[in-house]
Amino acid sequence: MSELIQLAFIAFIVENIVLTQFLGICPFIGVSRKRSSALGMGMAVVFVILISSILTWVIYHYVLAFFSITYMRTIVFILVIASLVQMVELFLKKISPALYKALGIYLPLITTNCAVLGVAIINIDKSHTFSETVVYSLFISLGFLFVMYIFSMIREKLDFSPVPKAFKGVPIALVVAAILALVFSRLGGIV
Amino acid sequence: MNQKENFLKGFVKENPLLVSMLGMCPSLAVTTRLENAIGMGIAVLFVLVLSNLLISLIMSHQKLGEWVKPVRIPVYIVVIATLVTMVDMLMNAFLPDIHKSLGMFIPLIVVNCIILGRAEAFASENKPLDSVVDGVSMALGFTFAIVVISVIREVLGNGTITVWGDVVLNMRFIFDFLNIQPIDMFVKPVGAFLTFGFLLAGVAAITNHRASKKVGKVAKS
Repeated sequence: MSELIQLAFIAFIVENIVLTQFLGICPFIGVSRKRSSALGMGMAVVFVILISSILTWVIYHYVLAFFSITYMRTIVFILVIASLVQMVELFLKKISPALYKALGIYLPLITTNCAVLGVAIINIDKSHTFSETVVYSLFISLGFLFVMYIFSMIREKLDFSPVPKAFKGVPIALVVAAILALVFSRLGGIV
Repeated sequence: MNQKENFLKGFVKENPLLVSMLGMCPSLAVTTRLENAIGMGIAVLFVLVLSNLLISLIMSHQKLGEWVKPVRIPVYIVVIATLVTMVDMLMNAFLPDIHKSLGMFIPLIVVNCIILGRAEAFASENKPLDSVVDGVSMALGFTFAIVVISVIREVLGNGTITVWGDVVLNMRFIFDFLNIQPIDMFVKPVGAFLTFGFLLAGVAAITNHRASKKVGKVAKS
């Protein structure tokens, strides 16, 4: 149990998906202008990463490994993720229109979010067990949500700050991300 | 647009990384050494040129194109994923060191926005030859940008330039001259964000300068 808690902490802070592993930078920069959209995107990512990593783990270990065609994993994983995103979209539309309204526009963007495929591959490469996969995927995606939310709050304030003309928009956002990454890299010393 | 313009646009005017800001994840993650940036460039070149060629061949065929159109995005993804699997295996066989240090960023080329973006924006509407030229141009533009980032990061962070394998240029004399140590921060994630941020700011500054010059000229005349 203590190992799982440690893994959760590592996934959440030390190996933060955006700031130390550089996955999911596109939505991190692109959809973080407003707090509400950052929250929506973050929640959609948590949802999809959790389901897709469980699904890809099961498919890898019980189908691909069984037929010993593990070299097909990139193709299979991306197809699983793409169709999963479509299914989640349809499902949400039917079951909970309110949630669909909040997450709907972010869902199609997630297919090309490298964090989703990245976490699926990390789970296989690090040979996580099933329970480790669940914990790792949950906390790494919560880490994404957390950093995304902090970043969007900073960017909302940044809109009213006197920024040099050349740095307006994405460049200053990247400099802020660098400072955040500095903070997170120091937090790594705790474990 | 003639062939030459088509070829040159990827470097400056429509540089995928510096202007369109596509494919940021690998360009921040693998640029700790020049060698990695070149390896990534080769992989992207291979995938982008072949995917542009194949997709353009599919979509310019009249009957097949019509049939594929409603499901084109899944078709693109399958084509790209197949090519990426090929490049993954080829690099594992012929460039094992680079394959190891690039790690999972090779399979992640599948979700690199540049490749799907060019497939949808260019290859699906243009002839095969033009699409190949476009692929070469975009891939070289991307490689150029990540080479710049990796050289800055490696020199500042480690004092070396690892061109390929054992060919390492030693730039320590700069630090000896200034009597300081290399700034370790630049090979860490912090340096990636910082370098890329300043590079983009530089590009924006040049663009702004040019735009204001143009406005001035128009006002004078």
